[in-house]
Amino acid sequence: MKFSDFVATDAIRSDVEAGTKQGVIREMAEALVEAGKIAPAELEGIVKAIMKREDLGSTGIGRGVAVPHTKHPSVDRLVGTVAVSRKGIDFESLDGEPVHLLFLLVSPPDRPGDHLRALENISRQLRDDDFCRRLKASATPADIEQLLEEADSHGVVT
Amino acid sequence: MTTPETVSREVVVGIEQGLHARPADLVAREARKWQSRIELVADRQRADGKSILDLLTLAAESGTRLVVEATGPDAREAVEAIGRLFDRNFTEQT
Repeated sequence: MKFSDFVATDAIRSDVEAGTKQGVIREMAEALVEAGKIAPAELEGIVKAIMKREDLGSTGIGRGVAVPHTKHPSVDRLVGTVAVSRKGIDFESLDGEPVHLLFLLVSPPDRPGDHLRALENISRQLRDDDFCRRLKASATPADIEQLLEEADSHGVVT
Repeated sequence: MTTPETVSREVVVGIEQGLHARPADLVAREARKWQSRIELVADRQRADGKSILDLLTLAAESGTRLVVEATGPDAREAVEAIGRLFDRNFTEQT
């Protein structure tokens, strides 16, 4: 799966304002509403569901990366967005590192395979130090969009 | 000095959603308790058992067979502990 299969480019944020876990999750979900990917009426429910998932265990997966996510019946296909935090956010990650790179995913309840393959793509790209460094250094959403496009065309596609 | 022991066993991903973020987190947390180098091996690739990021690259769906392989002074206990996570289908964990 490629980034272009699930990342809503209009919802990409290169400099999130929020400084807390809940704040950044809300900011990213709002970006998906603004991009028309999730219905405004579903925003609260989706934020709540993502926070509930975080309560089970942080989605901070190490190396300054977090993948907050939930299943939600209001989406009929996997939707997601990318955000960069300049200051870093405490996500209670396994390695204790503050999170700078975030991938938020909302998937239909009946498509666990898509969710797994999106996580695979994200983690595969993030193993590449160069990709992480460039993503973190992206000044604008357009820079991030371009980086994701490059990763899609050069990376391992499965 | 004795040569570090390598121990392995097969596990099956029983979770319906596959080895997603939550179980990968639990594997990495368990793996980090042990000194041994721990890897999970799928058909074509190996992942560092102590890295969630690495484990997620396996995209191991429900029913996938994986080999847990540990090398080091506590290899046997490490493989047993990780095997148990899969055997219990990642329940009864805190």
